[in-house]
Amino acid sequence: MSALSPTREVLRGLVIQTRVVRALLMREIITRYGRHNIGFMWIFVEPMLFTSGVVVVRSLLNSHSIHLPLVPFTITGYASVLLWRNAIGRCGNAIEPNRSLLHHRNVRVIDLYVARLLLEVAGASISFLTLSIVVTAAGFMAAPDDILKMLWAWLLLAWFSMCMGLVIGALAATSETIERMWHVVSYLFLPLSGAFFLVDWLPKRLQDAALLIPTVHCTELLRDGYFGRHIHAHYDVGYLLAVNTMLSLVALVAVKKVSDRVEGE
Amino acid sequence: MIRLEQIVKRYRVRNGTHRVLDGIDLELQRGDKIGILGRNGAGKSTLIRLISGAELPTSGRVTRQMSVSWPLAFGDAFQGSLTGVDNLRFICRIYGAEFKKTLPFVEDFAELGKYMREPVKAYSSGMRARLAFAISMAIEFDCFLIDEVIAVGDSRFHDKCRRELFEKRQDRALIMVSHEAHNIREHCSRACVLRDGRLGEFTDVDAAYAEYNGAAMSHSP
Repeated sequence: MSALSPTREVLRGLVIQTRVVRALLMREIITRYGRHNIGFMWIFVEPMLFTSGVVVVRSLLNSHSIHLPLVPFTITGYASVLLWRNAIGRCGNAIEPNRSLLHHRNVRVIDLYVARLLLEVAGASISFLTLSIVVTAAGFMAAPDDILKMLWAWLLLAWFSMCMGLVIGALAATSETIERMWHVVSYLFLPLSGAFFLVDWLPKRLQDAALLIPTVHCTELLRDGYFGRHIHAHYDVGYLLAVNTMLSLVALVAVKKVSDRVEGE
Repeated sequence: MIRLEQIVKRYRVRNGTHRVLDGIDLELQRGDKIGILGRNGAGKSTLIRLISGAELPTSGRVTRQMSVSWPLAFGDAFQGSLTGVDNLRFICRIYGAEFKKTLPFVEDFAELGKYMREPVKAYSSGMRARLAFAISMAIEFDCFLIDEVIAVGDSRFHDKCRRELFEKRQDRALIMVSHEAHNIREHCSRACVLRDGRLGEFTDVDAAYAEYNGAAMSHSP
């Protein structure tokens, strides 16, 4: 080991970590979805059914106050919610069921989180993509204005969700109170997340407040990508990048703290 | 070679910290067989986890220049909701071994029959231990770590394990921790006694045993 140069050592570490995360990913898919019936396809069928249900219900209620096509508005909103909710939610109890795997040197606490996060992000992305394609092909919504912008928004939201997942996961591992509190907070946060409104609809005073919330910037950017000149989107990518970078550092420190505690048990 | 230098391990407890290991030095070469004797709670398992790398020392340095197993004889390095086959597949992926090559060996050795394809949580403790042992023999290591001696299954299976580990893999290094001296006397060429967070080394297993026994007796009322 000591004979290797630092760069080679980092590379070797990366190879091992990729191997471990891949193994955990496969394991996670099997334990969660099993090998029977449609198996791992549940990972995107489930959110897809959920989003479809919401679209149907909202179309029936038919709120005329929105001068935008309802279907794409709902899909972009709920897809975003599913991304951050599922990613963060799955981190709450990532260590306990996998504790026995920590007997293996190469399996580290952060790998347990990373595997789950990758799976959730992949699931939410596939479901968003599939649903959009199906609905567009069926003629219920128009093709997006700027796909790259939507992709960018999605990546920024995924980054944010993964960091939050690590932070909440680490906090939940240290205290059960925090784990329970998170469920409450995530419900309360739902209407504030930007999924159900455009910043432009809010009074000026509330707009500034809303733009403190990172996920609002993501949904605005996502919808700017979809609707283009039909809406006036408010967002600041610089703000998102700054928040995500800060949060990444906090997340890594939090996971390090938890690893030190957990690996000694 | 495996080298431990000035290993200290502290755990946080309710009021302050508890020092389990207090400056451990140990070196072992390829093929060395070391037994570590210690009473319950002396820190044997902690030491073996530190050597395996599953846990990191509070201070000090562990250098590994050969491949080291996970602490064997534990059925709990597995996932209960996965089947035996899936657990093997997982272990192979982690350690970069080829699943297809190891499967026949594990199936043959563990003698679990169709239970190989049932979730591990449906196993009896004996079955679980058999699977654990078979999987740990399927991945080749230069050094095996044994936390308490494997008392796996019936005497026939026990003999099989003994042959596989101690005879076929005689060239490998071995670190065994136990609170019973006879296992160590049987399989190790060097012995240490772990007491009060420190490791005393003896070239002679009997000397170590005498020391351990004396210490054990002086502690009893």
